[in-house]
Amino acid sequence: MTDNDTIMKALPVLTAKNFASDQEPKWCPGCGDHAILQQIKNVLPELGVAPENIVFVSGIGCSSRLPYYLATYGVHGIHGRALPMATGLKVARPDLSVWVGTGDGDALSIGGNHFIHTLRRNPDLNVLLFNNEIYGLTKGQYSPTSKIGLRTVTSPSGVIDHPFNTAALTIGSGGSFFARAFDRDGKFLRSILQRAALHRGTSLVEIYQNCPIFNNAAFEAFATPENKASNTIYVEQDKPFVFGKDKNRGIMLDGFKPVVVDLDKDEFSTSDLWIHDEKDINKASILARFADDEALPRPFGVFYAEERVTYEDALSQQIRDAQKNACGTLAELLKGENSYEIK
Amino acid sequence: MTDTKKTTRQVNVTSKTSVSVLFAGDSGDGMQLTGTQFANTVATHGTELNTFPNFPSEIRAPAGTIAGVSGFQLQFSSKPVYTPGARFDVMVAMNSAALKANLKDLHRGGIIIAGTEGFDEKNLRLAGYPEGADPLHDGSLDNYIVFPVPVLQLTREALKESGLSSKEVDRCKNMFVLGLLYWLYTLPLEGTMETLQTKFQKNVWMAEANIKAMKAGYFFGDETELFANLGRFDISPQKQHGIYRRVTGNEACAIALTAASKKAGLELFLGSYPITPATEILQTLAKKKKYGVKTFQAEDEIAGIVSSIGAAYGGALAATNTSGPGLALKTEALGLAVILEVPLVIINVQRGGPSTGLPTKPEQSDLFMALYGRHGEAPLPVLAARSPVDCFYTTYEAARIAVEHMTPVICLSDGYLALSSEPWKVESPENLAEITPRFQPAREPEDAPYLPYKRDDRQVRSWAIPGTRGLEHRIGGLEKQNETGNVSHDPENHELMTKIRAEKIARIADSIPLQSIDNGALSGDLLVLGWGSSYGAIKTAVEQAIEKGYNVAHAHLRYIFPFPKNLGEILGNYKKVLIPELNNGQLIHIIRDTFLIAPEGFTKVQGVPFNEMEILNKITDLLKELQS
Repeated sequence: MTDNDTIMKALPVLTAKNFASDQEPKWCPGCGDHAILQQIKNVLPELGVAPENIVFVSGIGCSSRLPYYLATYGVHGIHGRALPMATGLKVARPDLSVWVGTGDGDALSIGGNHFIHTLRRNPDLNVLLFNNEIYGLTKGQYSPTSKIGLRTVTSPSGVIDHPFNTAALTIGSGGSFFARAFDRDGKFLRSILQRAALHRGTSLVEIYQNCPIFNNAAFEAFATPENKASNTIYVEQDKPFVFGKDKNRGIMLDGFKPVVVDLDKDEFSTSDLWIHDEKDINKASILARFADDEALPRPFGVFYAEERVTYEDALSQQIRDAQKNACGTLAELLKGENSYEIK
Repeated sequence: MTDTKKTTRQVNVTSKTSVSVLFAGDSGDGMQLTGTQFANTVATHGTELNTFPNFPSEIRAPAGTIAGVSGFQLQFSSKPVYTPGARFDVMVAMNSAALKANLKDLHRGGIIIAGTEGFDEKNLRLAGYPEGADPLHDGSLDNYIVFPVPVLQLTREALKESGLSSKEVDRCKNMFVLGLLYWLYTLPLEGTMETLQTKFQKNVWMAEANIKAMKAGYFFGDETELFANLGRFDISPQKQHGIYRRVTGNEACAIALTAASKKAGLELFLGSYPITPATEILQTLAKKKKYGVKTFQAEDEIAGIVSSIGAAYGGALAATNTSGPGLALKTEALGLAVILEVPLVIINVQRGGPSTGLPTKPEQSDLFMALYGRHGEAPLPVLAARSPVDCFYTTYEAARIAVEHMTPVICLSDGYLALSSEPWKVESPENLAEITPRFQPAREPEDAPYLPYKRDDRQVRSWAIPGTRGLEHRIGGLEKQNETGNVSHDPENHELMTKIRAEKIARIADSIPLQSIDNGALSGDLLVLGWGSSYGAIKTAVEQAIEKGYNVAHAHLRYIFPFPKNLGEILGNYKKVLIPELNNGQLIHIIRDTFLIAPEGFTKVQGVPFNEMEILNKITDLLKELQS
């Protein structure tokens, strides 16, 4: 379907502005969604895909208003069901670039079943999971990623549900790609969105997103320059796990256990550290669990990226095989294989 | 190989018009296979045919018990038949539970062929017969013609040198019975022999043993004195010349969706989740890859329909199939399809409800849900199929309406149609109605902006699919502004859009055929108005009533929403309208509500289809009342 000539002619003139729809975003002032939208608009012109071949699909929630603000094709569906809608679209139309905008409630609570099954099937979708650890659109109830103890209108004494670990859930579900980004770090988010777009398969990008109204400062521990340096680690392929303001702290593996070491004081050098390999599912599984351990910095970047056949490619291949000799005709279909003649 | 008319001894062959046979046994006895083989032979022989399998919802219910009885009923005839027969003339009972469960539906004077090994003390106890009872010998079956046949013993004797294990030998006993029935009805063995050879291609011994058992059954009929008085029967084939195939309702639905996609030039996408009794539609379509069909077995019913909505948005002919509990789960997504205004076919194969209800039994109790089971004002067309073959035509019509009117359409079938079969004269492609998708063409930047909810004179919007330049637009479940499709909370706009969506569905009545009278005079005393699978029973009952000189007619609805435009007029032409339904009265409410008349209801909620006698009795009673 893609008309390459059209794209080549059209591409040079496309900028972020070309991807802004005529609708004014209705998110609250200061909402992290504005910043995420901006990075999406920045990345889209760089993909080499014409706007008419891009579709944004969403469920319900603040994040799911995303399609309305982009000048591509878009469908705003029902709560929790963005992933099956996107899967059906991608299976029917493998030529399209299909993106999903969803949130922690949409994807992990009401849509939890679809989340795990979509990941194991691996259709080529770019899934942007806006995680603000709260229900925003319904005004401040706790979500499946809210921290234990968080006081909300539905947890006045504090949340007692153990939260989901999105990274572990993705990898455990057989996802082929997981990355984490942050609304406030635009440049990094942009690079992650590019990686997600390039990955063939379901690219799950968890974006920490601040809700200034109902869960303000949920990610403050990773936000200010000082906090960021000491509490986060940005993982990069083939690079050692180094973090800290002076890049003087590292992480090494003691068996299966990640340990923080002081490169200045301890007797370790960078060559002793964990070297990031996004193809290693065992290491990715350990990395996914960093979020459960207060002593470890919070990782950002591509945790895991596996090349695996996509659902729609496998299905299309089966159809090609079945049609190897000839496509079935309508007459053949109507006659069937067990017809008989009455003379 | 076998000249079926010749016998070693002189046995009378009597001609009959119709016979209804029930094969019944334990669910492990292979009765479905036996019935299917018998049906195939009868069909290829050229007689008219209607079949109905009846089995428990458990795969293997406790052996020997009533709960474990599996049956396959069929009627074959020299003239058209529309039901498997109100009562059967012949019952094969492989065990005492099969006899006990089905005896009430055997004609007085009917034939019982009993596998005697299934009537031992243990089997009688499992079937719930009182201590000491022995139906084959105690005179309780004196009103029937009973043939006790030691099926198992004779099968073992026939296969004693087969080299198969005793378990394998015993499993051939259904073929012995099949052979005996072929003898009784002067039918050829060749078709089944070919099937067995193909089925057991990799196990020649097994094929040979099954064939040997079948022949043993055939020659048993020939050689024993048992059937000397009864003789043999011949149902002469009367079917028109031509190419036929036998289809079940579920197969017909699957073929129709594929045919509609081919005719419309669209790719077929089915998003589905397995559910009894609708699953064969998914299974059949999964094998249609040669026709470019894409099936997606989703993680649940919701993903089944929502993936289809995604595919429809992308420009596919999208469908989903389910049964009652699944339709309940899909209702929110149906509302989305209504407001998005995308084409979608939903096939609901009804079963007994509520909740898990009677999963393997038919019922027509989802009509209200199909019509009203959505939040908000969300009208959509509802069609109902009347016979296994009609599942093809009704599903095809549902697809045509969905594509041409940009709407989800519910097509109702039920567990009876789904699994029943009848011969279908192979349809030729040119006889199928055209299906024309109205895709919006690409636009250039200098063109006026695309308005996704601008409509034609039928209130139908165009189909603007991704990949089309210049039509980039955003739609969703939020109420939209007229024409632009932008999100709108404007009060008057919401009312306008609600009315437009209703008007769009109402106008479908302009493109569907007028209601016809199936049988009987165009006006008179009594009209029997039916819908769905009760067609066969009503058709047969009304035929018989007319033969008796009764003033009665039959009309059968395919289009339940919107109704054909002349339905009110038709209903007004009769003194009384009778509405038989396999529910607690649903269509009757809608007819009463729409036309302000007072029809007579006749309902049955037993998980089994109507039989023609019940309806004939009701017709007789009503006509008596009218005359008094």
